[in-house]
Amino acid sequence: MSMQKNNNMEYEHIPQEQFAFAQLDATLHDKKLETKNRSFFADAMIRFKKNKSSVIAAYILLFLLIFTFAAPIISPYTMDNKDKFYVNTPPYIESIAQKGWGIFDGAVVRESQNEASMNYWKGIAEETGMNPVIKVLGQTGTTSIFRGKEKITYTYTIETNKYYETGMIYRTFSYEEFDAIQEWQNETGIQVIYPYVETKDIQGITDNPNLWYEVDAKGAAKLDKDGNFVPVYSTNKEVEGRPYNSIRIEGDDGSYIYSARKSGAVHCRVLYYNYYQFMNGTEPFYIFGTNSMGQDLFAGIGVGARFSLVFAIVVSAINLSIGAIYGAIQGYYGGKVDLIMDRIADILSGVPFTVVTVLFQLHLAQKVGVVPSFLFAFVMTGWIGMAALTRKQFYRFKSQEFVFAARTLGASDKRLMFKHVFPNAMGTIITSCALVIPGVIRSETSMTYLGIVNLQDLAGTSIGTLMSQGQTAMTTSPHSMLYPALYFALLLISFNLFGNGLRDAFNPSTRGVED
Amino acid sequence: MFKYALKRISLMLVTLFIITLMCFVLVRMLPPVELALGDPKTAIVEARREAAGYNKPYLVQFGIFLKDIFTEWDWGVSEVKYYGQDVAGIFASKLPATMIVNLYSIILSIPIGIALGIWAALKKNSWIDYTVSTLTMVCISVPNFVYAFLIQYLFSYKLNIFPFLMKSGTSYFTWDMFVSMLPPVLSLSLGVIAGFTRTTRAELTEVLTSEFMLLARTKGLTRAQATIRHAMKNCMVVVLPSIFGEFIGIMSGSLIIEKIFSVPGVGQLYLESINGRDYSMFMLLTVFYTTVGLLASIVVDISYGFIDPRIRMGSTK
Repeated sequence: MSMQKNNNMEYEHIPQEQFAFAQLDATLHDKKLETKNRSFFADAMIRFKKNKSSVIAAYILLFLLIFTFAAPIISPYTMDNKDKFYVNTPPYIESIAQKGWGIFDGAVVRESQNEASMNYWKGIAEETGMNPVIKVLGQTGTTSIFRGKEKITYTYTIETNKYYETGMIYRTFSYEEFDAIQEWQNETGIQVIYPYVETKDIQGITDNPNLWYEVDAKGAAKLDKDGNFVPVYSTNKEVEGRPYNSIRIEGDDGSYIYSARKSGAVHCRVLYYNYYQFMNGTEPFYIFGTNSMGQDLFAGIGVGARFSLVFAIVVSAINLSIGAIYGAIQGYYGGKVDLIMDRIADILSGVPFTVVTVLFQLHLAQKVGVVPSFLFAFVMTGWIGMAALTRKQFYRFKSQEFVFAARTLGASDKRLMFKHVFPNAMGTIITSCALVIPGVIRSETSMTYLGIVNLQDLAGTSIGTLMSQGQTAMTTSPHSMLYPALYFALLLISFNLFGNGLRDAFNPSTRGVED
Repeated sequence: MFKYALKRISLMLVTLFIITLMCFVLVRMLPPVELALGDPKTAIVEARREAAGYNKPYLVQFGIFLKDIFTEWDWGVSEVKYYGQDVAGIFASKLPATMIVNLYSIILSIPIGIALGIWAALKKNSWIDYTVSTLTMVCISVPNFVYAFLIQYLFSYKLNIFPFLMKSGTSYFTWDMFVSMLPPVLSLSLGVIAGFTRTTRAELTEVLTSEFMLLARTKGLTRAQATIRHAMKNCMVVVLPSIFGEFIGIMSGSLIIEKIFSVPGVGQLYLESINGRDYSMFMLLTVFYTTVGLLASIVVDISYGFIDPRIRMGSTK
């Protein structure tokens, strides 16, 4: 050792011209690599592709993402379209419903229907030409003794089309609206306004616009001896509101009136299905049905999920930045700094997320809005996991030779941290993001489901809100629960599978390991 | 070891103190709820507010809050739903329902989870393993309230096996009550089962490929003997602490599951206090949930050291 040291001392100032290139003319026997170079990223991609389930998950995820952003555009509805009549209606697409496959037919099951209610459905079918009864599922007869005679009363279980069973509604129009509807009827040939029925002819019943035939006091149809309805359409010109020059129903000789006078406006019986077309320009087109607010679920899922996704990405980007810087400082300096910063992180991570969310909502929602305060709640505790991860990576890399080399060359702390250590930790940190996003979506949905956070004003709706609306109507309209929950489950499963695959592909510790 | 445990517990107390202080100040900074006029209990509530030091500096209020808790176990009175009643008493009456539901859930799920994990690990890379692993993945990814819907719709509504909601009342150990508890128990269990399956499977596959297993076989043990005596013991080093953690966690109820099945437990109470702005109740439950969370993580950490003497807790490097 000492010899060498002396030698070094001797040659402290070597003149430049004494140096000569050793191999300037020599032939290099090293060959250039004939194989193609493969970057770390490409390597990871190859490993990712080997993982079949993750690849499938990636495609499902892509499909869900396209759906999320396309659905609100494709759907003719927005969250402001709240239909009062088509509430909790099952999925309905007319062209598929007509094929009779039993799907997308807007069907609901109605139990214990007696003869009178069967006649009611028949009445709607006969007048509108749209039969609400899809099929009779079952029939039970009960025998009773009525005035000494044995009498069998049948009750039915039927499947009805929720879109047709609304039938007629009462509407009051101004003269202009009334004329506009007539004009629209003439153009399209679709009849909206039906002949008027005076309440005195239907036993004074005012709340049932579907009665156009003779009824008893209970509103049950009084049939003639052939079993037909007896129409009671009004021909009383004295109550007529405004002349009607448009499509008339079959059997009308021009004497029926189509509106009644009502203080400067007209009162009409309107077929809701067709009136809907007049109002919205399309037939009811609820691919996933509607929820308890009468909003389109197809658009609703898209709108809610779109918010969730954007929100989750923003949250994880912020948490990633904060966590990375915090963890970098912790991991790089270690010692006392690490200890103190770790305590702070420990305390924050001890606060339950619900508490953070509630306190932020109560304190900040009115000042900065619901969404920013929700975001703060996520940021408040969300970065801790990321910081721990970065810290671990820093501990792993900071004592490696290349860092020493860089330090020897005089690199500053900042440069060492962000130019030398951080890029090595990058892969792990980024891929963990793919698992953070579904976590954020999950907590966000839980909070909106519980109603602790209400996003309806800004985002329109959210998956959590849709699910809690669906849960209350679960027994009568399971679809309003099914579609949001299904979407949510698929999104989380595919996100997690995709994230796991990505993590395994980028994680260098599994490099070269094949199963 | 003992020193380490002591250190962890004292650190936990400090953490708990700071969190309580932060939450307390934030809660007291909120405008107090309007009290019902004309209710005879309003006078009591107002007197209690006076005693709790409203309008005094926050730190003084916090001092009074702590003093009341330590001297009289007095957490304040409810100002909303249980108007004028002591929140500690209400809380104590809600705890059994939560604990029983959660206890049934872990009694059901831990054996199933571990058994499935062992099965999958022993049949690694067979269709059994793939099926179990996939189901585990699904159950872990999807939050438990989604299964809760499924269970409620299928079993309670369509098949009519279970009642729709949990039976009300406090007779927790009748058969009817047990049956009505099953839907929330099942909903809570799926996630826990999946968690234990995943941990057990991952741990056991690793242990099974380690070299001492080869040695065990070489010295003449059968596969079953080697697995039970050597692999299982090592695998349990990881699984047992999480079982202890689960047992601590039985006290905190799931907000969503308790809401869906209307379990009269602490989760439901917490949700009521949040939505109704019942601040005393909220404060008590915040402290409670924080304590349970911190305690569970300590128990998990410390039990590693007790179970496996090779793990030296708290040693530097």
